[in-house]
Amino acid sequence: MRFQQIDQFAAELKADTRAAVYDGSKKGHEKRTKLLFDEYADPDRLRRIAGEVKQHVVENLDTYLPQVEAKLKANGVIVHWAATAEAANQAVLGIMRARGATKMVKAKTMVSEETELAHFLEKHGIEALETDLGEFIVQIDGDHPSHIVKPIIHKNRREIATSFEENGLGAYNDDPQTITRRARHFLRHKYLEADVGLTGANFVSAESGRLVLVTNEGNSRFCLAATKCHIAMVGIEKIVPRDYDLALFLNLLARSGTAQELTVYTEFISGPKSPTQPDGPEEMHVIFVDNGRTEVLASDCRDILRCIRCGACLNVCPVYRQASGHAYRSVYPGPVGAVLSPLMMGDKFPQKADLPKASSLCGACHEVCPVNIPIPDLLLRLRNRAKEENVPSPGTPPMGAWALLASQPTAWRASLFGGKIINYLPTKLLPIPALRAWEAKRSLPAWRGGEFRKWLKTRKGRANVSPPAPSRAEAKKAD
Amino acid sequence: MSSSDDRESILSRVRGALAPLHERAAMPDYTTELAVMRQMMGSRDALVVFAERLALVNGIALTDPVALVARLRENKWLHGYCDPALWPALAPHFGADFKVETTYDRKRVDDYAFGITRAVGAIAETGTIVLNDATTSRRLGALTPWVHIAVVERAKIFSDLPEAVAGLGQDTNVIWVTGPSKTADVEGILIEGVHGPGVQIALVV
Repeated sequence: MRFQQIDQFAAELKADTRAAVYDGSKKGHEKRTKLLFDEYADPDRLRRIAGEVKQHVVENLDTYLPQVEAKLKANGVIVHWAATAEAANQAVLGIMRARGATKMVKAKTMVSEETELAHFLEKHGIEALETDLGEFIVQIDGDHPSHIVKPIIHKNRREIATSFEENGLGAYNDDPQTITRRARHFLRHKYLEADVGLTGANFVSAESGRLVLVTNEGNSRFCLAATKCHIAMVGIEKIVPRDYDLALFLNLLARSGTAQELTVYTEFISGPKSPTQPDGPEEMHVIFVDNGRTEVLASDCRDILRCIRCGACLNVCPVYRQASGHAYRSVYPGPVGAVLSPLMMGDKFPQKADLPKASSLCGACHEVCPVNIPIPDLLLRLRNRAKEENVPSPGTPPMGAWALLASQPTAWRASLFGGKIINYLPTKLLPIPALRAWEAKRSLPAWRGGEFRKWLKTRKGRANVSPPAPSRAEAKKAD
Repeated sequence: MSSSDDRESILSRVRGALAPLHERAAMPDYTTELAVMRQMMGSRDALVVFAERLALVNGIALTDPVALVARLRENKWLHGYCDPALWPALAPHFGADFKVETTYDRKRVDDYAFGITRAVGAIAETGTIVLNDATTSRRLGALTPWVHIAVVERAKIFSDLPEAVAGLGQDTNVIWVTGPSKTADVEGILIEGVHGPGVQIALVV
C-alpha cells in the first residue's frame, strides 16, 4: 500500500531530527501556556478579540489597502505592488539596480521565503545575506527553514558546527555560544558594507502607516542602522486598523511564538530616518505582495489570513512534531501550512491537497491560536474540496471489500461471527502488519462481533446495558 | 507588468473576492485594559516594577552613575561611545582609565565596548527601554557595542504596553528594547549578544 507523502516523509525521518523537532516544539508550547494563563485574567478573550479584529481587516481589505497606501505615501515611503512572487522579486531587483546596489542584508521574512528572493538576487549578481542566525545557517547549508519562527529546529549543533567549518567560519566547534559569536563577528561587517536592508513586517497600522517588526537578535535593527535604503516586503493581509490594536497583538505574538512577554526588539517604523539621525535609511520602499493571498481571500477558508505567523500551532501539533516542517513541502508547515499552502497554489491546488489530511483534527491548533483561527474546520473544508475536485488520494486504504460486506446483510453477519478467530490467533499471525505492530505494545480489545445486534434484540429497558468490553488478553484468560 | 498594473489587479481581485459576502465582519469594540498584565503594577512604583521586570530578561537597572562606572571598570569595558549631549554630566564619574568618544566611527565598530545613549522612555510591566530617532544620537552607537547603557528619565516610565503604544508619538523610528539581544536558534539554548548588545543597562535618572 502506498502512504500519504507526509507519512512517508515522517517514516523516513532521521531519529536525531525527529527528536530535535519534538523537543523544540514541545518546550515552546508548555512555556506559552503558563505565561498566558498566569498573566491574564482571560487569555481566551484576548485571542477571540484579536481574531475578530483581524477577521474585520481581512473582510475589509478593499478599504484598508488604499488607506494604508495613502498613509505610507504621506510618510515619504515609496509603495510598490506585486501580484506574484516573480513580480515581487523584480520589484526588489529594480530598486537595487536603480541605486547601483550590489549588496543586501536581509532580516527574516516569510514572504521572501515564498518568493525565494535571496536565491533570485544571487542569480542576478547581488549578494543577499540572511542575518537571522537560523536563516543564515539555512542559507550557507542550501537548506530550507522547517519552522516559521525557529528555522533550524531540525538541526543539531554538530551539523551547524560542520557547516560553519565548511564555509570558512572557523575550525569545528559545536558550542552554541561560539557559533553565535562567530556569526556576530562575520555578519556585523556585512551589515556595514551593504547598501540595502530588507525586512518583512509583522503588522502595518492603517491609521499611522507604522510597520511593526519583532526580532530577538537585533538583526533587523542592524539592517536599518547600517544601510541607506530599507525595503519591506509585506503580505497584503498584515494590516491592523489602529495603533491602539498593536498592544493587543504584541501581547499575544511573542507569548504564542516563543513564550516571551515581548521579543527583544519591537520596532515601529513609519518612514525613512529622521533628518537629524546620522544612521539609517534615507529611502524606504514597501512592496505589498499578493502571491496567492487573493485566492485564499476568495475561498471559504479566508479566516486563515488572520494568521500572525507565531508558530504556536506548529509547536502543539502532534503531526508536526513527528513529521517535521520539511514534510509539508511548503514554506508554511504545520496546521497553518496545511490550510494556507494548498490554497496559495491556486489552480495547482491538487498538488498539495494531501496536506489537509495530515491532521487528526484534535483541535489543539485552534486552542492555541492567538487569533482564534478554527483550523480544524478549515482542514475539513479543504478535504471536502479535494473530494469534490476528484483529486486522487494515494494514501487511502482500499475500502471496496468493506463496502461489499457492509451492503450484504448475510455476508456482514457471517463476517461478524467469523472475525472471532482473531481472539484465538497468536499475535504473530494477525493478518495486517500494522495491527501486528500495534498489538506488540498494546492489547487489542476482544472481538465481540454481533454482540450489539444480540443486545438490541433482547434489551428490555434502559437499565439493560452491556458491560464494558474486556480486553483481548482478558478474553483469552477467561477462555 | 508594472507595479501600477499589479496594484489594479490585486485590488480588483480583492474586491472580487469580497463581493459575495453579504455581511462583513465588524470591528469589535474593546478596551486595551484587556491586554494589561494582571496584578503587575497594582499601586507599586513604576521604577520598582521596571527594575524587577528588566532583571527577569537579564537586563540591569541602575540609578547611580557611580555604580555604572564601577561595573564597567570591573569588566574591563573601558573604551566606549557616549552621546555628546550626555557626556558633560557623566564625564566627572569616569576616570582617566576610560577612553570615551563622543563621535562614533563606523569603520571601528569593534572598538567600542560600550555605548551610552538617551532613551525616550521605558515600560514597567515588561522591563522595556524605549528608543527613538530624536533622542538616540546614533542608531549604531546604541546597537553595536557589547554593552548598551540607555539613560532613562524616571518620569518617563510607562506602566504597560497599551500606555506605551498610546505614547509612540510622531517619531519615524521607535524601538522597544527588552533585555540584551538574544537567540535560541541552536537547539533552543539561550545565547545573549547576537547582533546587538550582550549586556543591556538602564541608567534611570
